[in-house]
Amino acid sequence: MPTILVVEDSPTMRQLISFAMRRIPGSRVIEATDGVDALKKLSSEKADIILADINMPVMDGLKLVSLVRGNSAYKDIPIIIITTEGAEEDRKKAMAMGADAYLPKPIQTQELIRLVTQQLSKR
Amino acid sequence: MDKKRGILKKADEFLQIFKQGEEFTRNLLSENERLRFRIAELEEARTQDLNAAKIRHYEEHIRMLKDELESLKERFKRVETENRNFEQKYLLVAEENNNLANLYVASYQLHSTLDYEEVIKIVVEIIINLIGAERFAVMLMDERLEKLVPIASEGISTAAIAGVFPEDGIIGTVLKEGESYFSEEPLQEGSDDPASPSVCIPLKIKEHVIGVIAIYSFLVQKRSFSNVDYELFNLLAGHAATAIFSSRLYTRSEREFRTIQNFLELLKGKSKQ
Repeated sequence: MPTILVVEDSPTMRQLISFAMRRIPGSRVIEATDGVDALKKLSSEKADIILADINMPVMDGLKLVSLVRGNSAYKDIPIIIITTEGAEEDRKKAMAMGADAYLPKPIQTQELIRLVTQQLSKR
Repeated sequence: MDKKRGILKKADEFLQIFKQGEEFTRNLLSENERLRFRIAELEEARTQDLNAAKIRHYEEHIRMLKDELESLKERFKRVETENRNFEQKYLLVAEENNNLANLYVASYQLHSTLDYEEVIKIVVEIIINLIGAERFAVMLMDERLEKLVPIASEGISTAAIAGVFPEDGIIGTVLKEGESYFSEEPLQEGSDDPASPSVCIPLKIKEHVIGVIAIYSFLVQKRSFSNVDYELFNLLAGHAATAIFSSRLYTRSEREFRTIQNFLELLKGKSKQ
């Protein structure tokens, strides 16, 4: 049963992504509103994949990626970045920091489900 | 002499009989050969008949197998077509499902609060995250001042929008006719004219237009509109309008209620003195 951590400050997007993720059979979704909240959730719950926005208050998605990759307990968790930043250099930057996939908004739900399933099957 | 002649005669007769015997044996051998040949012929004919029967049987079997193969091919083709149809239907249903989920979430969020500021924030979130707009403004019609008042914007200055009058350009037409406007130019072109956005959506309560959402440009990755975008525009036209309007009324009435309450408490305090 995969546990999916959705990190997004916008309640609308958070609800939309969680809604889509619950359609993956047997999945469990936990939500966080920013990077700090995500790290707090990770310390108490085991996540199989992280879906994170970039632009968030308190701690942004890229900082979260670097902290997760630097922590031996979480470093192998796949991270998918979901963001409005659609430029190629933004994608490259996120991938260089350790993200596993990059999906620009507005998201196509089917594409997101496909990406998540693909990342989960690699584990 | 007679005895000698008799012996010779008998020898002749014996020779004659021997020759006849030889002739008979030769005939017998020839007949035997002919019969053997005939038997071989008959055996061959019998084998050929058997083979022909077997061939006929196999041919019949092959024909049946071919018919069966054709029927299986036909069935396979039918099932394949059916599968393709089901796959297409599944994709359509999945897409429809996703679209409905988007619309449900957007509408749920819009009506999840009566806080005016929060409603505006949600409208902005929907325009950025679900539609993919980069530069846009939400404007409401001030009936008293007869002008458009920007209540939220992104990537465009309020000063630029403040200069737009209700009768100006595309915004004026949308305000007057209450119909959404979509520019025929490619989405990436965008617009720099505050009065003529790329997309303009009326904010309507029934037929009454209370304002507009003007989108001037889209995110680089947004190349075209999908069906759900038009549904979202329709949803925004109706639901955002009612959500903004009702939250504004609620916030105003809350404020007035508190003012009256404070006033009454002040009066009560004075009467006690």
